Amino acid sequence: MPGAASSHGLIWMILRRIGVALVLALVVSFLVYAATTVLPGDVAAAVLGRNATPEAVAALREQLGLGDPFAQRYLAWLGALVRGDLGTSLAGTRMPVSELIATPVRNTAVLAGATLLLLVPLALFVGILSGVRQGRALDRAAAGVSLTLTAVPEFVVGALLVLALAVYVPVLPAVSLVSGDVNPLSVPEFLVLPVLTLIIAGAAYLIRIVRISTIEAMATDYVEAARLAGVPERRIVTRYAVRNSLAPTIQAISATAQWLLGGIFVVEVLFAYPGVGNALVTAVQVRDVPVIQAIAMLLALAFILINLVADIVTILVDPRLRTAA
Amino acid sequence: MSALDRHGVERRTGVSWRGAVGVWAVVGGIMLAVALAGSLVAPYDPAGLVGKSFLLPGPDHWFGTDSLGRDVLSRVLAGGRTAVLLAVAAIVVAEAVGCVIGLLAGYRGGLVDAVLMRANDVLLAFPALLLVLVLAAGLGPGTVVLVVGVAVVNIPGIARLARAATLGVATTGYVESAVVRGEGTAAILRREILPNIAPTIVADAGVRFAGAFLIIAGLNFLGIGIQPPAPDWATMIAENRSYITLQPWTVIAPTACIALFAISVNIVGEAVARRRSRGRA
Repeated sequence: MPGAASSHGLIWMILRRIGVALVLALVVSFLVYAATTVLPGDVAAAVLGRNATPEAVAALREQLGLGDPFAQRYLAWLGALVRGDLGTSLAGTRMPVSELIATPVRNTAVLAGATLLLLVPLALFVGILSGVRQGRALDRAAAGVSLTLTAVPEFVVGALLVLALAVYVPVLPAVSLVSGDVNPLSVPEFLVLPVLTLIIAGAAYLIRIVRISTIEAMATDYVEAARLAGVPERRIVTRYAVRNSLAPTIQAISATAQWLLGGIFVVEVLFAYPGVGNALVTAVQVRDVPVIQAIAMLLALAFILINLVADIVTILVDPRLRTAA
Repeated sequence: MSALDRHGVERRTGVSWRGAVGVWAVVGGIMLAVALAGSLVAPYDPAGLVGKSFLLPGPDHWFGTDSLGRDVLSRVLAGGRTAVLLAVAAIVVAEAVGCVIGLLAGYRGGLVDAVLMRANDVLLAFPALLLVLVLAAGLGPGTVVLVVGVAVVNIPGIARLARAATLGVATTGYVESAVVRGEGTAAILRREILPNIAPTIVADAGVRFAGAFLIIAGLNFLGIGIQPPAPDWATMIAENRSYITLQPWTVIAPTACIALFAISVNIVGEAVARRRSRGRA
């Protein structure tokens, strides 16, 4: 049980992490706003295209507030963002951004959630097993496969899967045409190939980290002592090795979740899956600035949040880190 | 960590690993040659409409033709060059900027040091691909965004490495004697420190090149970088994937090229890293 002093330190550590995350979010918001509005190129003219009348360009510049000083625009945007007002899309029907991205956000959450639910247990299982059986056939096979797969980008893995499972053995749809507000969970066949692609492309990293931390934990003195004391090997693995490799594993899971946020764009575009990645890429192509800002902020915040949660959980599960504070 | 290298793979000195590295080094060399010089031996104009659409592989078109009737083999032979050269350009820019920052931070410390660490923290709060996409929103799609974006993503890491390496040699005898001789900071950094940290920087640059190539391929696939009709492996996958059932070779050929190139760069990079860590141990 942590005493009063150490639990004080614990709360302080957690508060500090939260503070750092908030500052990071603020800096990122500034960078997103600056990158999307300050860089060369008149956004208003770019959005409306070459045939736009000067009046239309002027009106759009007005709507975007491009005449005001930068600091004022940024603060107004940030204020609206904090209140949950994401602005209005510049493309097509001029929908409110929050309405426009609601369904894509849900779809991406479904895809990412399904991937993590399958990927994490699988990677933990293979990682721990190859760590325990270091140097044996399974371990060597896993190492070879993961060394190969970490190098291959998601869209190449996906394209190969499409060739195998949608073209040569046509058992699955090559594209995930989830339309409108249909929940992708209700058409699971559309999820199989995207999820499989993400698992294959992402599992290698997690397996590596779990494996190495298992090997390190199995080589410690207390595992040796437990062995000499006659504790069964299975119990050593579950009780000592797994628990002691928890901290690096949580960090690796968080890194995998963060990788997923980046890798998901490509997979969504590959399978025409209607998520935020696809929405963002489309928005970048037509320079729909409010949509870009909203999605970029959303993903960056998710990124920061994953990191924060992983840090806090690590502090909570690993007593060694607590006393180190 | 005695029997493990930094990736947690045991150093098996057996023939199988060396043999595999050798094979992949040859594959990598071939792919690099294809990427850089392939367009010279391309049988047709890679952007030209030279036949009927969706021809399957045959004597005239070894990999068939795509939806517009362009020769797939010619496009594949010409499709690696731009991405490889852009990755090289991005890493060269990043190394130049990153090394200057890192050298100054390591040798002088102070403000540069603090700013560098914070910049790195901020970048770590952002997926690389998202960062380049946001930049593309500002700059507009194109190859400039690829080079600038990929360079920006790499600069903090390079600067940190250069800083750490500089700290390691800044207190050595030859640097101190240069200071005593009264040489200026620029001269010391260039003549005494840079040559000594160069091997570390170069080994790291290889790994970064592989990463840069993959990000650039991803962005090309997303349609943010190289624009059609220019031939590019990743762009080919994107533009042909809707017709994959009609003419699978339009996707198989560029997919195989990216996979072989990426895997060989990764395995050769891994082998170099292992040798270096063994050398240091």
